[in-house]
Order: sequence, then C-alpha cells, then structure tokens
Amino acid sequence: MIPELGQFALILALLLALAQGVLPLVGAWRGNSRLMAVARPAVAGQAVFVLLAFVILAWAFLTHDFSVAYVAQNSNLQLPWYYCITAVWGAHEGSMLLWVSILNVWMLALAIFGGRLPPSFAARVLGVLGLVSVGFLLFILLTSDPFGRLLPAPPDGVDLNPVLQDPGMAFHPPVLYMGYVGFSVAFAFAVAALLEGRVDETWVRWARPWTNVAWGFLSLGIVAGSWWAYDELGWGGWWFWDPVENASFMPWLAGAALIHAQAVTEKRGTLRAWTMLLSIFAFSLSLLGTFLVRSGVLTSVHAFASDPRRGVFILLYLVLVVGGSLLLYAIRAPKVASGRPFAAISRETALLVANLLLTAACAMVLLGTLYPLLGEALHFGRISVGPPYFGSLFIALMAPLVLLLPAGPFLRWGRGDPRLVLGMLARCAVAAVIITVAFVLVMQAFDWRSVLGCIAAAWIICGVVAYALKRWRDTPAGRRYPAEMLGMLLAHAGVAVFIAGAMLTTSLSVQRDVRMATGEHQHIGRYDFRFDGVHRDEGPNWVAEQGTVTVFRDGEKLTVLHPQKRTYPRGQVQTEAAVDAGVFRDLYVALGKPLGADGSVDGAWSLRVYVKPFVRWIWGGGVLIMLGAFCAAADRRLRRVPSTAGEPLAAAGDGAPPQQLSPEAGT
Amino acid sequence: MSLGRILPLAGFAVLVALFGFGIWWNTDHATNYVPSPLVGKAAPAFDLPRLQQPEQRVAKSDLLGHAYLLNVFASWCFACGEEHPVLMAHRGSLGVPLIGYNYKDVPDDARAWLARHGNPYSEVIVDRSGRTAIDFGIYGAPETFLVDAGGIIRYKHIGPLTPDIIADELMPAIAAARGAR
Repeated sequence: MIPELGQFALILALLLALAQGVLPLVGAWRGNSRLMAVARPAVAGQAVFVLLAFVILAWAFLTHDFSVAYVAQNSNLQLPWYYCITAVWGAHEGSMLLWVSILNVWMLALAIFGGRLPPSFAARVLGVLGLVSVGFLLFILLTSDPFGRLLPAPPDGVDLNPVLQDPGMAFHPPVLYMGYVGFSVAFAFAVAALLEGRVDETWVRWARPWTNVAWGFLSLGIVAGSWWAYDELGWGGWWFWDPVENASFMPWLAGAALIHAQAVTEKRGTLRAWTMLLSIFAFSLSLLGTFLVRSGVLTSVHAFASDPRRGVFILLYLVLVVGGSLLLYAIRAPKVASGRPFAAISRETALLVANLLLTAACAMVLLGTLYPLLGEALHFGRISVGPPYFGSLFIALMAPLVLLLPAGPFLRWGRGDPRLVLGMLARCAVAAVIITVAFVLVMQAFDWRSVLGCIAAAWIICGVVAYALKRWRDTPAGRRYPAEMLGMLLAHAGVAVFIAGAMLTTSLSVQRDVRMATGEHQHIGRYDFRFDGVHRDEGPNWVAEQGTVTVFRDGEKLTVLHPQKRTYPRGQVQTEAAVDAGVFRDLYVALGKPLGADGSVDGAWSLRVYVKPFVRWIWGGGVLIMLGAFCAAADRRLRRVPSTAGEPLAAAGDGAPPQQLSPEAGT
Repeated sequence: MSLGRILPLAGFAVLVALFGFGIWWNTDHATNYVPSPLVGKAAPAFDLPRLQQPEQRVAKSDLLGHAYLLNVFASWCFACGEEHPVLMAHRGSLGVPLIGYNYKDVPDDARAWLARHGNPYSEVIVDRSGRTAIDFGIYGAPETFLVDAGGIIRYKHIGPLTPDIIADELMPAIAAARGAR
C-alpha cells in the first residue's frame, strides 16, 4: 500500500508542477498578481509531495519491501542500512527521482530567498522551473516508475552493485546533481529575462550567486566522483574521459565560462547575448548528459541499460526545453553589439578570450563524446577516440588559458595599463622559474610533465599572490578583499593546485606489480613495504581476504595498510585498495590474487603497490575551486535589493511592462 | 533576425537530428549483436607487431585457415578489467584461439597489465596508433570479433563479454563458424 502512496504523491506533484508552470507565467503576461502568487505555494506543495515520494522509496529499501521491483533489483537482506539509503539512487529510476527531488530543493530555495526579485520576474522564473519539473515528473511516471510492483514478491533481492557500496557513492550523486540541476536556475533566469524583455544586465546580477553555488556543487561532485573512482576501482586512476564523466565535465566547462561572462555583463553591460546563451547552454548540457547516459544512444560500455522509449521521451523533452529556449533567444535576444566597446587590453577582453577557450574545450569534449555516433550516421564507421584524443587536445586548449590567467585580475575594466601588467607578469615569470628550478633540483624530477606542471602552477600562484599583495597595498583596510574577489583568488589558486597535482602525479607516480611472500620487502624510493600475510575478514555482507602491509620510511615504521579483496553474496569480487593519504604523497596498496602453489591463504600474493606524489592536490584544487565559487556567491553586493525594479527597462520586443514591487511581495 | 541569433538553434537542430538517428539506429539494430556493417564481410587486412616480440609481425593472412576470436583491450580501459576474469575463466572452453588486440596503448603498460592480471591470450597484436582499428570499425575497448577460417567476420560484440553473452551468443556463433568450414 505504501509504495502506491509514493506513486500517488508523484502524480499530485505533477499536477502542482503543472499549476506552477502555467498559472504564474500567464499571470506575469497578463499582469495578474493573483495568478503570479500561485507560484510559491505551488512550489512548496510540489516539494512536499516529491520529498514524500523520495522518503517512501527509501522506506521501502529500509524495510526490504521486495514487492517493489526496483528495491528487489538493487538491494537484499544483507545490505547494511546506510547502503539501503544510497541504493535509492543506485540505478536509473531512483536517480531520476533524486534529480527531481533536488530540483525541488532548488525551487524551494528560490521561493524562500528570491523574495527580493520583482514579483513578475520571480513568477516567471518559478514558472519556467515548474515546466522543467513537469517534464521530469512525466518522464518518471511514464517510463521510469520506481514504485512498480513485482508480484509475487521474491524472498530476497538481487544486490546493489558492489562498486557502488562505498561511502563515496553516498556523497557523489547528490552533490553532482545539486550542480547539474542548479544550472536550471540560471537557465530559468535567462528564459524569464527573455520572456519579460528584460535583456539588460539587471537579471545577470540576480542570477550570479545562484550560478556560483551550482557551479561550486558541480565542482565538488566531480571531485567526489574522481576520488571514488581512485579509491574503489583499484588501479589508482582518477579520470578516464568516459562518456559518463564527460557528461558531468561539459556543464562544468560551460558553467566556468558562464560565471566569467556573467561578471563581464554585470560590471560592463557587454556580452549580454553571450551570457544569455551560455545560461541556456550550461543547463542544456546538463540535460544532454542525462540524455546521453540514460538513452543508450552511445553504445558506451558504461551506458546504462538502454530503453528506446526513454530515449525518445528525453529527446522530445530536449527539443521542447532547449529548442524552445533557443527559439525564444532567436526572437528576443539583445543585440549582439550592445554595451560599451572593448579595448584590446582590458579585463573584459581577457575574460572574453577565457570564455572562448573554455567553450572550445567544452565543444571538443562534446565532439569527442559524440564522435562514434557521428561516424555511424555519416557511414564512415565508428571512429574511435579515447584518452589520447581528449588528453592532448585538452592540454592544448588549456595552455593559453593558464598563460592568461594571472594577467586577468591586473587588467582594469575598460582599459588596462599594459606596462603595469607586463611588469607584474615579468616578476611572476621570474618567480615561477625560480620555484620550478628549485623544485626540480630538490625532487630530482626532470620529466617534462613535472617541469611543465610545476611552472604552470607556480605561474598562477605567483599571479594570485601578487594580486593579493597589490590589493593589500593599494586599498584601504576593510575594502581590500570583498567576498567576490576572495572567491576569485581562491578558485584561481585551486586551478594552480589542481594542475600541480595532475601533472606531478602523472609524471612522478611509481607503480609496481609484485609477487610477495609473507615477510618479503619491496623498496620504492624511501619507502619499504613489508608484506605480512593475509587473513580472512568479514563485513555485514561480504567476506574478504585482508592483507597486511607494513610500511617503513628510512627504517622507521610509518603505517600499516590493510588492502582487501571482498566477495559479495552473489559472487562479485571487489578490490578495496588501502590508501595512506598524505599531503605530498599517497601510499596505495591493492591486493591481487594468491600465487601460492596450492592457492592457500598463507602463500605468496600478487600485489599492486603505488607511491603517488601530490595526488591529493588534484582533489584539493577542486575543493578550493568549490570554496571560491561559494565565497563569491556570498558577496553582499550581489544580494542588494534591486533598485532597477521600478525603473524603465531597456525592453526589446513586446514583453510585459515592468512591475512595481507590489505590497504582498514583501522582501 | 540576424544570423547570429539563429545559429544556436540551427546547431541544436543538427544535434537533435543526430540523436534521432541514434535512437532509430539502436532500435532498429539489436545493439550488441549486429552493430557492425562488417559482420558477414571479410575482416580488413592488417599487419601488426606482436606485443611480446615487437620485431615480429602478424598479418591477417597468417591467421587464415582456422577461426579465431579477436578481443580488443587496453590497459587504460576500465571495463577491460571487468571483462578480464571472464576471459581467464573461459579461454580454455572457447574452442578457438583468443587473440588480444592491444588498442591505442603503451606497450609497456600493456605488458605490465597482462603480467599483473594474467594473460588469457594465445597471441597479442599491437595497434598503437589505432589506424587499423578504424578499418575494423572499433569504437573503443573492449570489443570482440569472431573471424572464421575464411577470414570473414561472423560476430561482433561491443562492451565486456559476460558469462551469459558467451553462453547465449558467442558459443553458438563459434559453433556456426566452425561448422561452416
């Protein structure tokens, strides 16, 4: 009975989403404030029912209700309770429910914190989001019902894929979706601005904090996914250019371009059309990612079970949402040559170049991801691309960006002073070279990748530090580091830390695949790994062979590692690597298989031993980027009451007249 | 309405057409069974170095006369690690030689990978540039081709082989290929 309530809650949520998607938009068009006022209660009601459905599905997992097909396929009686909860988003149907739940969290946040927006604009934003929600709820109800029954109920369920039974999996999808879905807010702001004819820069200021928060979550989600892959897949890699990863990386690149374009538009009034287009692109790429992963158009080895019905539905949905917004853009977009002209040497020019590079990188990833499909359509066969294509092209596109990055902040809006910038950059370059030479000599790292990575990171860090110092000197106390600028400095430092981590790990990692008998030693650099044998261990739903490896450095005992090889009830074997994490290096040990003559537990084993210097910096950089995005979003300047609400607007087209702040809107 | 404004819409229309094609193609063609126009046709000619003795080469003509399986793998390929234990378990019962096709890989990495996990292949050939892979229509790793004694591709599977696929699809295809001699 309870699962049917979940389905019923979803149907009610769909009806409320319809009301939220239609009435406020009509109200804003007609100037009817009663219809506009429907938006907020509808959001609240929809959120209650969607979250209720979510809780009911989680409850079905916790109570092992195997009469629900989705529960029976993705859990069993031995599954510990915490993985029962994460199993909710362990497969397709539940992932979609998570998607729509998080959309509701965002809409709720908008309804609560968006009180300062002009009522007609707020009504349009919530209306657009309501329509987005209608599509996803319909998708769940028509093609991906998580509450479908399986009668008679089996006595026990199948299992959650052991790869997903990891703390990283509890964390990664919700955070990633917070980012993905968060771009729907920037999208809704852009569409609302187009509908209203408010195509100047005011809406961009309102959209900026939301975009920054969404992008921050997306950064964290990608970092969490990468860390999970490193930890769980057992071979020490952290990025694979797999279609599923690309699906999350494309919106990230578009989002990075978007937050920089928003800065230009908000501060200078230029790039209006471009900012609008990027707002649409970032969310479209999120939807596209969902489409690519869920529809099976790419016969990827990672793509989920394909169902053409789902593919057709998502394609129609894409046509309506993306096609509709692009059509609106074609009709209503601001003139491209709006705002003040650009000087060749100015901050806006630097940001424009950065935008072009980020967008080009995004297009490159899109092309690489779609290439096999393209090849099939044009009948030249499925052309293969892989890490070689992505890696080399990505580095080629990012190199000029790295070169440009320290210069950006030193350039003034309007017209920068080339002598000042060049002087600063010359000092940064000298400092970066000195740091690199010192590092290379100390670490004895002469590989070109470590040299390049170190010099790029040092170059960016020097630029960030130099700019922070300049602000300290030139600006009176209290106004030196507004949150927005602090966020920029943090995020740029994060880019440097990431580059250092990625390049140094790639070039300096030492990997050994060794046969080790009990008591045997293996030396890697200053580290000495001693294998102390294997014994059996047992968890809630697995048995494992657990190795013991004692690590010494310079003769002193450093740590004891316990890599495992787990066997789950249905016979799936899962390697759990043991990692001793450190700021400057990770020690990573994974257990292979027994090599003893009789395969006995006390014989020799094959082991994989890695020393991975600076690998934490990859994720540390990502976390810094996230902190920077959140910090910038907290800038009070962006939350000021919009004074433009009552002023005449530079309306293009026949949008509704701007509304006065009505009494019931409140602040 | 200027061109610049319609351009995004036009670009999106091209994408939609591509995706529509993708869905139609995947609905019309059982994805894993006959995804390649090459099935039923002669395998492309190749001449590639061996992994363990790079100075020796293996050509298509060297392999004519008996059926064999060509399994595309690479050390960078995560799904190949999933497939690998299946290959190790079934290599003896396939009834045909299993030849590894090392795809866009660094030979040292590939050798280390096979040393670490075990080598299920009777022979491994190296396509480092991926040039020959284009002739085969290889999209990524892992993929598996069944080539019969006459050099005709009889079966192709995209993605990791599983015990079910081996039992339900591959073994019947091997039996048919051997029977056709």
